[in-house]
Amino acid sequence: MAEVLVYVDHVDGAVRKPTLELLTLARRLGEPVAVHLGPGAETAAPVLAEHGATRVLAADAPEFADYLVVPKVDALEAAAQAVQPAAVLVPSSGEGKEIAARLALRLGSGVITDAVDVEAGEQGPVATQSAFAAAFTTKSRITRGTPVITVKPNSAPVETAPAAGAVEALEVTFGDLARGTKVVSRTPRESTGRPELTEAAIVVSGGRGVGGAENFAVVEALADSLGAAVGASRAAVDAGWYPHSNQVGQTGKSVSPQLYIANGISGAIQHRAGMQTSKTIVAVNKDPEAPIFDLADYGVVGDLFQVVPQLTEEVKARKG
Amino acid sequence: MSLRIVVAVKYVPDATGDRRFAADLTTDRDAVDGLLSELDEYAVEQALQIAEAADDAEITVVTVGPEDAKDALRKALSMGAHKAVHVEDDALHGTDVIGTSLVLAKAVEHTGFDLVVTGMASTDGTMGVLPALLAERLGVPQVTLLSQVSVEDGTVTGRRDGDAASEQLQASLPALVSVTDQSGEARYPSFKGIMAAKKKPVESLDLSDLGIDASEVGLGGAWSAVDEATARPARTAGTIVKDEGEGGKQLAEFLASQKFI
Ligand SMILES: Cc1cc2nc3c(=O)[nH]c(=O)nc-3n(C[C@H](O)[C@H](O)[C@H](O)COP(=O)(O)OP(=O)(O)OC[C@H]3O[C@@H](n4cnc5c(N)ncnc54)[C@H](O)[C@@H]3O)c2cc1C
Ligand SMILES: Cc1cc2nc3c(=O)[nH]c(=O)nc-3n(C[C@H](O)[C@H](O)[C@H](O)COP(=O)(O)OP(=O)(O)OC[C@H]3O[C@@H](n4cnc5c(N)ncnc54)[C@H](O)[C@@H]3O)c2cc1C
Repeated sequence: MAEVLVYVDHVDGAVRKPTLELLTLARRLGEPVAVHLGPGAETAAPVLAEHGATRVLAADAPEFADYLVVPKVDALEAAAQAVQPAAVLVPSSGEGKEIAARLALRLGSGVITDAVDVEAGEQGPVATQSAFAAAFTTKSRITRGTPVITVKPNSAPVETAPAAGAVEALEVTFGDLARGTKVVSRTPRESTGRPELTEAAIVVSGGRGVGGAENFAVVEALADSLGAAVGASRAAVDAGWYPHSNQVGQTGKSVSPQLYIANGISGAIQHRAGMQTSKTIVAVNKDPEAPIFDLADYGVVGDLFQVVPQLTEEVKARKG
Repeated sequence: MSLRIVVAVKYVPDATGDRRFAADLTTDRDAVDGLLSELDEYAVEQALQIAEAADDAEITVVTVGPEDAKDALRKALSMGAHKAVHVEDDALHGTDVIGTSLVLAKAVEHTGFDLVVTGMASTDGTMGVLPALLAERLGVPQVTLLSQVSVEDGTVTGRRDGDAASEQLQASLPALVSVTDQSGEARYPSFKGIMAAKKKPVESLDLSDLGIDASEVGLGGAWSAVDEATARPARTAGTIVKDEGEGGKQLAEFLASQKFI
């Protein structure tokens, strides 16, 4: 059976959830072979194996952390050459997309980004994408070379499918461009203890209607009662009320949770682009004409400072 | 010596319009008015600031797109760029990102550059990969997704705010940078700028000028294909209630009915 390369997104061997989702998709196309770059392959391997990786190709070198993107492209290219895969799947992060595109060009292949589903087809993998702020759904295919596809988080369930997943060393020779862009320093983002925005099952967001940084406590309290991640509109981020890393929308994160709760957010097209594919959408807004209500499965027209704390109390009471 | 800056800008359908696909599943450019991709205004702005900080710099804006894409070039020129290059050819219709990167790379090489500046992503295709592809083709460092950038003594430095960490990056010129919408508000063209833009040179190039064979681009030359595009069914109208003092409780009832609590 053909093999499918899956690029592993991890922090020192702690595998991030989107990679496990890719393994689910990869199993539809062939036998998943994980590519693990940087430290921690031995930690990651059992997790990858449990989710279907038949092999784990691992390489570690200081270049992966010290220089931007290109060393990882060199490594994936080496893996693709060694394995001759039927497809390469990469998580759709800013970096993942850049790696995938450069890899595709080197392999003489087309590239598809931000797939929300991947299935086997008669002429190779078929990717589903959302286009024009999720107003359209497209099905696309790579017509030349080895299909390279990046996949958004929350696009497939995580499934256990135990496989061998033995670690094998991957030989990588870095090219001339590998050391082009130096990472001079790196400041890890502080953990909030809340779920990762793109991976969360529930996202609670606040917009300009929240009215100030200190008022975000109201949004956070609801999020915590539900075990949710916190999001923000660009208006709230631009005002300095919440970090940009929490922005939802075209120039922030794109989320697709089971439940999205928009508080004091009008529902501009650029915001919708990042949340429209959520399964259930709830809105609290004092303006009955706000476009966000066109998307909402349930909406409350009212002052968020009345509605949201009452909801939080009720959630806590019901959860006991 | 003069710092040669090339800014890649895309002409896109207005995101607030009713964007859709044409019969051949390419972007329907007649359905909605086009404009300079808003995210590329940030690229023009950063190029202008880098040029202002340099002793001597020249900014060329380049676009690959149909006849009307000149509007995007004019806007960038009215903001303060010095000259423009427009690559236009009927054979380009339906080109994928791999093909677009080929054309842009040739156009940028034709122009000559020390620094290429791009936006973070277009507002229509939204792939966010063209900058990386362009750097790969040009064989220069990619210093991308920057929320802050500066150029001094032949070195580019910038901050990249990634998912897991914020990174300080550094590379030597020639290089390619892409900037995000966190890099700083773009200026509005002044009346003087708009008048001056009318006299600035716009060079028109076609594929043969760049030595590209038509078979390498267009729908036929694409390495990916769209087989199907369907409008997402409108979300079925939900229940909207007015808060009369019990709104939070009603909402909790809905969440419980959907098994979220
Ligand atoms: C290129 C580009 C990219 C962009 N990218 C993004 C992006 O990634 N993400 C994003 O969000 N935006 C993005 N935007 C901005 C977008 O166009 C909107 O400006 C933004 O989403 C508005 O945020 P908002 O809904 O919080 O604010 P507003 O549109 O001002 O809406 C505030 C809402 O709060 C309601 N409200 C006020 N007070 C209360 C109260 N007490 N209780 C209840 N409701 C209240 C109001 O009725 C109103 O509907 C982008 C724009 C451009 C041009
Ligand atoms: C909805 C949709 C989905 C698509 N999906 C795919 C796909 O999966 N695979 C594929 O190969 N193609 C795809 N395309 C085609 C692709 O968008 C175009 O080929 C496009 O020219 C480049 O991609 P982008 O607009 O996404 O650029 P991005 O990578 O998002 O653009 C980043 C930056 O590159 C510069 N730039 C981009 N295009 C131009 C240009 N024409 N002229 C000058 N500068 C430019 C700008 O500075 C821009 O800010 C898609 C197009 C659409 C409309």
